[in-house]
Amino acid sequence: MLKKRLIFTLLYNNGKFMLSRNFRLQNVGSLEWLQTNYNFSHISYSIDELIVLDVTRDKRNSQEFCSALKLLTEGCFVPIAAGGGVNSIEVARNLLRSGADKVVVNSALYENNDFLRELAGEFGQQCVIASFDIKATLDNDYQVWSESGTKCQVESAATWVYRISQNDFVGEIYLNSMDRDGTGHGYDFEMLNLLPLSMKKPVILAGGVGNAGHLALGLADPRVDAVATAHLFNFVGDGLQQARQTLISSGVKLPFWDIQLLKQLLGNEYTSK
Amino acid sequence: MRLSNITVIDYGMGNLWSVLSALRYLGCTPKVTTDPDGVLNADALLLPGVGSFSKAMSALTISGLDQAIIEAVTIKEKKILGICLGMQLLGVSSTEDGNTAGLNLIPGVVDKFSSGEVGVNKVPHVGFDSVKANPKATLFKNLQSEADFYFVHSYRMLPKGLNGKSSICSYGVEFVAAYEEDNIYATQFHPEKSQANGLILLKNFLAL
Repeated sequence: MLKKRLIFTLLYNNGKFMLSRNFRLQNVGSLEWLQTNYNFSHISYSIDELIVLDVTRDKRNSQEFCSALKLLTEGCFVPIAAGGGVNSIEVARNLLRSGADKVVVNSALYENNDFLRELAGEFGQQCVIASFDIKATLDNDYQVWSESGTKCQVESAATWVYRISQNDFVGEIYLNSMDRDGTGHGYDFEMLNLLPLSMKKPVILAGGVGNAGHLALGLADPRVDAVATAHLFNFVGDGLQQARQTLISSGVKLPFWDIQLLKQLLGNEYTSK
Repeated sequence: MRLSNITVIDYGMGNLWSVLSALRYLGCTPKVTTDPDGVLNADALLLPGVGSFSKAMSALTISGLDQAIIEAVTIKEKKILGICLGMQLLGVSSTEDGNTAGLNLIPGVVDKFSSGEVGVNKVPHVGFDSVKANPKATLFKNLQSEADFYFVHSYRMLPKGLNGKSSICSYGVEFVAAYEEDNIYATQFHPEKSQANGLILLKNFLAL
């Protein structure tokens, strides 16, 4: 049986890693800081997937981002998705050559439908995650925003989510609540009503996690295949490991692996690296 | 234990970094080759791959890597591990983007998951899923009889008509998650993305 996934999303901005609250960014630390405080090969034993997004607002330096991605992902044996400014085959290829297995497309979704076709043609549909930044409107509807949450799309969120989820060029759908982003108030489950009933693509839910209970609620929803959190501080130290343990002991079907067996087979010098 | 001197085939279809970093983690010093000579001189081969079958086959054909792989595996009897698209390329053909012939080292045809066979399941098949190991499969040594591995694919090979050891994953339909026959090994899942389970499997391949 297909297991559900626990995903960690890292936000990168101009060489630094960030916390985001309602899309306002706060600098947390450099790559060195992250590696000192978060031994990623260690952390990766607690997650099922890593997403790294370049959320740099002004001019992105994709070469630097790719270098950071390489450093981050060495010794990290989970699937990795990367995004932020993916608007050409070349950008996508560079990410895939720097440790990413999949690319996350956001703003380009609204610009150019041929781009998704090209991406899927080049790397396969399974390689493409369509990411929606979603905000509630005053009249209880939803709107999608592009360009790091600065540009509101005219057509409704439901229209866009439906359109993209029906096409053959996208492998997964990532729904991120801008209202809940970084708040720790839990996921926006209303947002899931944007999904068509006959949803055929895996859905990743993001935005608002404050604790393991929120992750459990997300994973319990039948419409959700994976839950993501980008909140570094909520999971500082062995926070993620504990959250995973709590989820598994409460019966959530997450993948299982035996770190002790690996240590035994390889010798401790490998796994303590 | 002696580990194979392994050569990873680079034909421009992504994902090399992850494979290389897993091999290094296991204590190997993998070589990377883009040309037929590198393939022919290898002790053991690894064929990775993410992307479309037809693009991958034309990349292999244009560079002459296709014939080199076939010669290394069938005449020189070098062991090979195909991962994900790399496994599919070892098959007879695939229906992705029309119909494209593969390297024909595994007598299976690659076809898209049909909505009839997967039932309520979603395509692509993405995520960790459990694999029922063939009890005789050496790749699964030390692992539990059912272990979780990471999959991301829309196309699959079915076990019918295959004479080697198929390890199975059920996704509405039972498909080949891993295969081994003589010196040919393949996994539809990504061992380099499957945490401790994947590292143990790769270690098993290297130690063969």
